[in-house]
Amino acid sequence: MTTLIVLTATSLGLAGLYFLLSSGLSLIFGLMDVLNVAHAAIFGLGGYAAWVVMDRFDLIDSLAARFAVATVVAVIFGCVLGYFVERTLIARNYGDHLTQILITLGLAFVMEGLIGGIFSYSPQSIAQPAWFTDVTVILGGRIPNSRILIFGISALVLVSLLFFMKKSKYGLIIRAGVENRRMVQALGIDVARSFTFVFVLGAALACLGGALGAVYFTGITPALGPNLLIFAFIVVIIGGLGSIGGTAIAAALVAFTQQIVNFYVSTGLGDIAVVGLLAAVLLLRPQGLLGRVASA
Amino acid sequence: MIPLSSTQTRLPVDRSPGKLHPRRISVGARVGLTVILVLAALPMLDVPIPILLPGQLSSSGSLLILSIGLVFAGVAISFDVVFGYTGLLSAGHALVFALGIYATNLLMHAGLGYFSAAALAIALSGLVNTALGAIALRVKAVAFTMVTLAFGEAFYILLLVDPAGIFGGEEGLPVAFEQIPDLLASARDVRWLYWLSLAFAVVAYLLAWMATRSRCGQVWQAIRENEDRVESLGLFSYSYKLVAYAFGGVIAAAGGAVYLLVARGANPSSASVHFSLALIVMVVLGGRGRIWGAAIGGLIYGILTLRLPELSTSGVLDGLPEWASRTVSEPLVVLGFLFILIVLFFPDGIVGLVDRANSRLRTMRPRSMNENTLILPPDEPIGVDEIRTKH
Repeated sequence: MTTLIVLTATSLGLAGLYFLLSSGLSLIFGLMDVLNVAHAAIFGLGGYAAWVVMDRFDLIDSLAARFAVATVVAVIFGCVLGYFVERTLIARNYGDHLTQILITLGLAFVMEGLIGGIFSYSPQSIAQPAWFTDVTVILGGRIPNSRILIFGISALVLVSLLFFMKKSKYGLIIRAGVENRRMVQALGIDVARSFTFVFVLGAALACLGGALGAVYFTGITPALGPNLLIFAFIVVIIGGLGSIGGTAIAAALVAFTQQIVNFYVSTGLGDIAVVGLLAAVLLLRPQGLLGRVASA
Repeated sequence: MIPLSSTQTRLPVDRSPGKLHPRRISVGARVGLTVILVLAALPMLDVPIPILLPGQLSSSGSLLILSIGLVFAGVAISFDVVFGYTGLLSAGHALVFALGIYATNLLMHAGLGYFSAAALAIALSGLVNTALGAIALRVKAVAFTMVTLAFGEAFYILLLVDPAGIFGGEEGLPVAFEQIPDLLASARDVRWLYWLSLAFAVVAYLLAWMATRSRCGQVWQAIRENEDRVESLGLFSYSYKLVAYAFGGVIAAAGGAVYLLVARGANPSSASVHFSLALIVMVVLGGRGRIWGAAIGGLIYGILTLRLPELSTSGVLDGLPEWASRTVSEPLVVLGFLFILIVLFFPDGIVGLVDRANSRLRTMRPRSMNENTLILPPDEPIGVDEIRTKH
């Protein structure tokens, strides 16, 4: 029972990371048709941005305050990076999806190489406030606080995103764009602006995920982002393109499947089980849990 | 028709399949033969190539790097058939390459000689790959990319986790040395290994050349341009796509069998998503939908990934701070930038650049081409449109 609770907490933390990484990917894909191969590399860059602050910015003594600053820096970094990439590289090629995919593929290579070149390929551990590694006992299970924090932040992001999409005018435009982009354009709305917005939002969320991911994995390597790419894609496809709620459910589903099979059956098999889950969803329900068909 | 003047010797070339100009073929064949002969003669040359290669051309270090480049060229050709010609953006082509490596190695460990192991492994890998393709091709466009990515990743994890304890896990599986023919086994004299790699690349080239110019190859290109129209002509596009997928798979598996000897072992990284994506980079870099484009892309990719890391220690970059010289000599950065530039400004790749230079040379001849530029046929269609819009 205790094991199950710890496992649940770990899965929820991981699900939070998957959600932060995948929700932006799903929106970008759903709205712009851009399969952003560089998204996971952006996640990795966010992690390194946070790591740099934690490692070098010792003006702030308190680790907790420094981590808060690191997270904010990572998010701002994500916004700037997302804006720059979208405006300079993606926007020139609206309507040419293959070129856009190939550009993000090149970007993924460059980003991974830059991280490796600047920070070296060896893993870097990140300093954590003591509170993060303390445990809270819930129902007899000893759960590290960082898991709770990651899950809390992701849940907060989920709620705000849902609220934003349902209640605000921009959210309405994005939802309409995912549904039928041409119709939105025909109504005289500048979809290109919401493309930029969604790309920036996605990059910011990915960088937030990266900062939290550095805590979750107690350190960071250049391969961290790229290794998560496949799971992010799987979450997006299972959840359904452009659906925030679907992404959240799929993130939890994937994280739980992975953790439980890895723990109870055999380490590594959980990853394969998740791929099997994807194949099943694609063949039985190609539009994902809540969403449209990926290929139609 | 616009009349051609009688002094006109260089006719505009119609590159559409099936209507190859006879003169073009002979020029192409001549260039090809020259390239093959020069490549085959490289092990005899004691010429040092600074920076690009570690020593003289004939040194075993240089020849091994060139061998890897040639194997990559052949595998890139096989992927060009799938992606460049048929328009199937598979993100799991590394799977069948790695399958070829591991199957050959396992069969050799089981006691078969190298060549019989390789033949059996190519057949087996080809079958498995075709079965996976039959499933993946049930979905189209981005979903196809996803499924192939997932298959590739599942196989990669399978190699890492190694539940049956036969793949060697993360360490990989060293080649069964005792089964390698003597000529190919020596670590000091790698000429025969180099020639084997060259032979693989040439065979891959010829097979791909014949296949893409066959009737089936023309249907592949038609599917790339407009699959709905192919279907409406009464052709079952699924089976043509499956043939392209299977064909590319067999060549890639053969590449795996050769690579096993060059790399002296099977390593799970050859199955990684990273290598599948690298294949996309190779093909686009060289020029998709052109066989020699893919070959050049593969060769360049192979040599750059192996040699760029040496740049930081070579002294060329001594003026730069350490992190900068490390970044410049980082293959992923250089290849990624090069790739983005190519995609943005020269979408037809290196081949497109050569074509453009060629046609400029031709138009620069005074007064000879002014009229004929009008009837120059458009370049071979290269824009791949398989990721269709959703609406």
